Amino acid sequence: MSRSVRLRRSPVGRVLTRLGFWLLIIAIGIYALFPFYWALRSSITPDTALFNTPVQYFPSHPTWAHFHDALSSSYFRRALLNSTLVAGAVTLLSLAVGSTAAYALGRFRFHGKSFVLYLMLSMTIFPQIAILGALYTMFSGFHIIGPIDFPKLYDSPWALVFSYMIFTLPFTIWVLTSFMRALPADLEEAAYVDGATPLQVFWKVLLPLIAPGLVTTGLLAFIAAWNEFLFAVSFIQSPSHYTVPVAIFSFTGTSGNAFQFPWGTVMAATIIVTLPLIAATLILQRRILAGLTAGAVKG
Amino acid sequence: MACHSPSLSTMSSVATPAPTGETTRRRRRGTKLQRRQTRLAWLLLLPSLLIVAFVAIYPLGKTVYQSFTNQEFLAGITPTKWVGLDNYHQLLHDTIFRDSVVLTIKFTAITVTIEFALGLIIALVVNSKFKGRGVMRAIMLVPWAIPTVVAAKMWLWMLDDTFGVINDLALRLHLISHSQSWITVHPLAAVSAVDIWKTVPFVALLLLAGLQVIPEDLYEAAAVDGANALQQFWRITFPLLRPAILVVLIFRSLDALRVYDVFAVFFGNRLGAQSMAVVAQGTIVQDGHVGYGAALCVAIFLIISLFVVIYVTVVRVGDD
Repeated sequence: MSRSVRLRRSPVGRVLTRLGFWLLIIAIGIYALFPFYWALRSSITPDTALFNTPVQYFPSHPTWAHFHDALSSSYFRRALLNSTLVAGAVTLLSLAVGSTAAYALGRFRFHGKSFVLYLMLSMTIFPQIAILGALYTMFSGFHIIGPIDFPKLYDSPWALVFSYMIFTLPFTIWVLTSFMRALPADLEEAAYVDGATPLQVFWKVLLPLIAPGLVTTGLLAFIAAWNEFLFAVSFIQSPSHYTVPVAIFSFTGTSGNAFQFPWGTVMAATIIVTLPLIAATLILQRRILAGLTAGAVKG
Repeated sequence: MACHSPSLSTMSSVATPAPTGETTRRRRRGTKLQRRQTRLAWLLLLPSLLIVAFVAIYPLGKTVYQSFTNQEFLAGITPTKWVGLDNYHQLLHDTIFRDSVVLTIKFTAITVTIEFALGLIIALVVNSKFKGRGVMRAIMLVPWAIPTVVAAKMWLWMLDDTFGVINDLALRLHLISHSQSWITVHPLAAVSAVDIWKTVPFVALLLLAGLQVIPEDLYEAAAVDGANALQQFWRITFPLLRPAILVVLIFRSLDALRVYDVFAVFFGNRLGAQSMAVVAQGTIVQDGHVGYGAALCVAIFLIISLFVVIYVTVVRVGDD
């Protein structure tokens, strides 16, 4: 406000700064949204118009054919299901395991706590590529100790659930610990007065209080798992186990001719997989922002 | 009892009243309670530590070990044996990997610089109060939320040499005289465009969070003293935003150095257009050379660590 004091004194200057400001806002909005518009436009444009010049900016004869094509591909439907299951399992597992760890790190005092916190923090910037080969060979099964063997996970969705923990769990622990720490001690004390055990306190008092944190970290974990590509393309072989990014990556479509890549169908598929993410982001944007800044700026 | 968390020490004093007067007994009870607390804490941490050990620490150690062997994924073709530094010798003369290192560092320099500059401008614009600021922030989150593979496919189609909208727009605006084959002629610019589009809003949002904790009265006081907008930016905004800027630069550089998705979608394994991660992934998964691939992974890990060390040193020096 005060930064443009001199300009604001003259009415012409004020109008000009306002105008420039709104032009900038509109430019930013178009830049962020245009690729989505283009994907949408391409997904409802019939192939005859799609592969023709000059490029049509608004489809004159919109069609649902590409959406029908994408959804009738059984392996794309399979991929949607696989991704939902994998991302759902990763989210639930990291929330369950991460919240108990956050309870210990946020509400207890013990030796080695800062070591564990630093360990988790360093894990959040761990480059996944560094362990690709090791995980790749681990998943063909190996001997741990005595009668315990590490299961053969190669080409199984469990390989993804397991390996995705490397980026969801440390982050979940880090953010939930900050939520746990911020809680006042009174409620916990009152529960102890009533004779509750630490686990009851965790389950009945603390967990409901950090529900917003659980929603935020859960959503971020879900998005991260849903979007992951490097591990998914390396550990999964059969098309029936593909996740969404791998399916989109290797999409060839069911129709379309041999000379033309089925761009319309691929764009329809991208619209289908991004819509739920966009909806979730728009609804929960405040929560996501809070979680991201807690994970990055304050961390 | 100083080293107890407030909650549990209160529990002991209320639920089981401590014997009065005898400090020694009290202390013993304290340590016992403390020990119980410590045991419970580690018990609660156990599942997480086990998972981290199995999913990160053990694989990292295994990668380092594998990098000294000639392991192949299809064991049995060649029995795995210790080869010492052979893989690392080979790596030094591997022109494919060397090219990928150069390309990835170029990619990192280009994208991080542009993302930071654009992100800062957008953050400063969106930081002022205006109607629809919430909507704007939501719109900015959208590119961040979608899978990189999907974003890359969208852009691949937009960059199509015959039917792509980028060529059409550039021709209409007379920026180019004839359609370009962006992917083949300008590979680095093409991948950078996708990464920048996907990440600029995110960078802007992180910087925005940093901007919003700067107190408004600092600017008011500066304006009273006659400081102009540019002076206010350099003397107030920039120094106070420094922590957020550093976090953004470090996180973005680390992400850019391990880039895989965009390069894989755009070029596959096309020679001369591979990022470090693409080369390593191809060596391990497509070629099955686990031992040599592990050496590549260790090299990537070291290169990324080197960047972290450089950043931290620069920050330290800047602070002095």
